[in-house]
Amino acid sequence: MTPLAPGARVRVRDDWPETRGPVHIRTPHYVRGREGVVVRHLGDFPNPEDLAFAREAAILPLYHVRFAPRRIWPSGVSADGLLVELFGPWLEAQR
Amino acid sequence: MSALLERDPRRLFAAVLNLLEAKGLLSEADLAERIALTDAATPGQGARMVARAWVDPTYRALMLADGTRAAEALGIPMRGAPPLGVLENGPGLHHLVVCTLCSCYPRAVLGYPPFWFKSAAYRARAVRDPRGLIAEWGTVLPAGTEIVVVDSTADYRWMVLPLRPAGSEGLDEAALTGLVREGDMIGVTVPAFGR
Repeated sequence: MTPLAPGARVRVRDDWPETRGPVHIRTPHYVRGREGVVVRHLGDFPNPEDLAFAREAAILPLYHVRFAPRRIWPSGVSADGLLVELFGPWLEAQR
Repeated sequence: MSALLERDPRRLFAAVLNLLEAKGLLSEADLAERIALTDAATPGQGARMVARAWVDPTYRALMLADGTRAAEALGIPMRGAPPLGVLENGPGLHHLVVCTLCSCYPRAVLGYPPFWFKSAAYRARAVRDPRGLIAEWGTVLPAGTEIVVVDSTADYRWMVLPLRPAGSEGLDEAALTGLVREGDMIGVTVPAFGR
């Protein structure tokens, strides 16, 4: 997988593994299926989705991704930006 | 499991500790060291970092580039702690830290999280209406200030480097340290001088 550069436009996978069985997910519901921009690569860390079940965990890139809160919620929003740490496999590069 | 939880907790603790010692995973000394480190971790540690960053541009640059190394540079123990990231407020820019999924908190530099940090209400409101939320602390930012919320979802822990308050120009580092409160480094409040 090609590393994502700062400024890259990404879409968070609209995937809901919790509907398929026991999981430990660090991707908040509110960003699934949403578009954001990579701010920076934070480092590489073992996949918490495996660590939580004592499975062998792949080392994954972790990114800080910025979202526009007003594009996530329809009303009552006073945040101008939202920064979320997300693992590479959750992100699809957008053109 | 429930039968285990009904046992005398002191005996259970002693049994687990004995097992960990027998397996060479943990000693009484390791445990005492960890307890001492946990007790030493208070918002006063983060406040020392903030005050140093206000008076020393080189330290400020280190703190923004690598919070863990900046903490260690002031003698704050970071061994075993998750990496620390620092978000700098500026004129017209404010950060607020939350963990919507659980209660991730930069404990090594701020100690135990305040009770409200873990509440469902704080976690739900912070990402959507931070301005309304921090107003409940009496925090009103200048008009036009951009608020960026940082949801601490994975391996990093985040703290805010607040703006040095107006009027504090004559203060030395020790006095500046005394101005910085826990909430200033989460972003629910901002430091003020002469309040």
